[in-house]
Amino acid sequence: MLYREAGQFKTTYAEDMAIFPIRQDRIALAILLGIAFIGVPLLADFDIWPFGSDYLLRAILLPFLILALAAIGVNILVGYCGQITLGSGAFMAIGAYSAYKFGTGVHIPLAWLGFAISIPPLPVPTSILLGGLMAAIAGILFGIPSLRIKGLYLAVATLAAQFFFDWVFLRVPWFTNYAPSGSVNAPALNFFGLHVGTPIERYLLCLIFVTVFAVLAKNLVRGNLGRQWMAIRDMDIAAELIGIRPLYAKLTAFAVSSFIIGVAGALWAFVYLGSWEPLAFSIDRSLQLLFMVIIGGLGSIMGSFVGAAFILILPIMLNLIPTQLGVPLSTETITHLEFIIFGSLICYLLIKEPHGFARLISIGKEKLRLWPFPY
Amino acid sequence: MIALGQVLEVLIGGLMSGVLYSLVALGFVLIFKASGVFNFAQGAMVLLAGLALVRSLDLLVARGFSPWTAVILGIGFAAAIMAITAWLIQRFVVGPLVNQGALTLFMSTIGVTFVLEGAAQMIFGSDVYPLRLFPTDVWLLFESHFPGGILVNKLDVWGAVIAGILVASLAIFFQQTKTGRALRAVADDHLAAQSVGIPISWIWFVVWLAAGLVALVAATVWGTKLGVQFSITFLALKALPVLIIGGLTSVPGAIVGGLIVGAGEKIAEVFLGSHIGGGIEYWFAYVLALAVLLVRPQGLFGERIIERI
Repeated sequence: MLYREAGQFKTTYAEDMAIFPIRQDRIALAILLGIAFIGVPLLADFDIWPFGSDYLLRAILLPFLILALAAIGVNILVGYCGQITLGSGAFMAIGAYSAYKFGTGVHIPLAWLGFAISIPPLPVPTSILLGGLMAAIAGILFGIPSLRIKGLYLAVATLAAQFFFDWVFLRVPWFTNYAPSGSVNAPALNFFGLHVGTPIERYLLCLIFVTVFAVLAKNLVRGNLGRQWMAIRDMDIAAELIGIRPLYAKLTAFAVSSFIIGVAGALWAFVYLGSWEPLAFSIDRSLQLLFMVIIGGLGSIMGSFVGAAFILILPIMLNLIPTQLGVPLSTETITHLEFIIFGSLICYLLIKEPHGFARLISIGKEKLRLWPFPY
Repeated sequence: MIALGQVLEVLIGGLMSGVLYSLVALGFVLIFKASGVFNFAQGAMVLLAGLALVRSLDLLVARGFSPWTAVILGIGFAAAIMAITAWLIQRFVVGPLVNQGALTLFMSTIGVTFVLEGAAQMIFGSDVYPLRLFPTDVWLLFESHFPGGILVNKLDVWGAVIAGILVASLAIFFQQTKTGRALRAVADDHLAAQSVGIPISWIWFVVWLAAGLVALVAATVWGTKLGVQFSITFLALKALPVLIIGGLTSVPGAIVGGLIVGAGEKIAEVFLGSHIGGGIEYWFAYVLALAVLLVRPQGLFGERIIERI
């Protein structure tokens, strides 16, 4: 009864092509955004449980938002363009370290030419976006093999990016400004004269980034470019025959996806971690992002959020349950149990719903449309 | 000036450790050939097999069995564990996921990796357990020809011999036995094989069992080299470029790929690494694989990929 589009007539093309054509969807989204932008800060301000404690904001909502952003980037590449990548962690690292370099000033001594390139420290928003741009350039470079290889072969090829950049950021001291320990600290977070310091400010900052990029991505994938990506994903040879340039489609997918992942990486480093080492962007991160995308649903922006929430919160829950129940287990056993349960749940979900939570959501919508009648 | 003896020593050392990579890569090839599943869990299977072996050995020796009986019983126990694992994986993960996309199957094997790593360490413990099955001292060859001779690890030679035996017996198994023929039929076409009466779930169990036994063999050699410990699972990541270079579907390809990667990364590390910061072993194999892929997308020995609309 509630979720039915009967009576909502479209009278213009613009209405017909709207991003959310059903009124109920728009209302639901508005409520969700209202809660995220106004509700959560208010609740945190009034110290209402569980929002009063910093823990929820800092340890759950902040990483959730940033990883959801990265998952959107991965989803564009894997879910919409069909190019499997295991190197997304590396692109997060490129975003983070480039943003760090731009934020603290770039100095490239070109001794053999007799001069040096120097860029003074840039403001934080500019450096984050430039970090994304650098990741996009690296994405295009490492996307070139995708023109010749595909599927699992490509997945292994993207691992080359992962291991190479792990090594670069570990071994080339220039990137860490010659920090002796190899770990670096983010510059002070000043956004247009405002200092972002408290958890709630950090949360709002990430929320703004995520909202903007999610809307951009959603619009991109239903436009001309997104349709080209999907055609390449569904059958690349057929797509080529109907006049889609694989070079252009694949490389734009790599560029856009790496840009978003790079921005997410910069946010992860600057806003969430504060100080970090290359280990923060290892292959485990790449696998985690791929899990989010697959569990959430390939080819769904909404699914990226659900997948990110699931993959992030599941281990936290698994960690909490034994302590809450008061079961006396050693931390080692708990870690191993976590591994086992996490792995089994992944397998179970893949078997029961190979298309991820996005499919469950769309099934739910179909059911709601008919509710309370069975058909 | 780099001496010829040093070059030879590095080359031989690299080739030998390359054989050890091939041991892990073989497990991948077996499963990919027969079921099209890219098995990320191979490294975890090596860990499980190694832990089962070394823990049962310790227990048996402590109970006063003679070393030989202990080794035979221990290997039997580890093989049984791998058989149970193979059955569980086929029954609960790969079987229900039949006909799903390659990516879904790949991700499910990552799920299996988590389960195996957790279970193996929970049951058998998570310390470093030394394994002493093969001699670990060294030979010095050609001492008359080169100053200092050429240093060769006995363990690496054992590894090479074992890999040779393994490849030969796999070849015989694939070509000469009834099950082997059925395996090749399934690899060619699942549906056609099923329609002539080949029991597909049994075949897949056999394949996972074979991969488990290859993992056990790899575990004996690697366990002697490094001790049985968690970091042995990273071998899976080392074996991936080997596979790509050799081709995902070729058993000889796994061996040749291993040799190329082993020799290449040792030479690169010794003669190039010192100039650009060291530790390039970490990524060299992958960049090599990337270069090979750009020239031959199916790997050196892989079957040609033919696409139709």
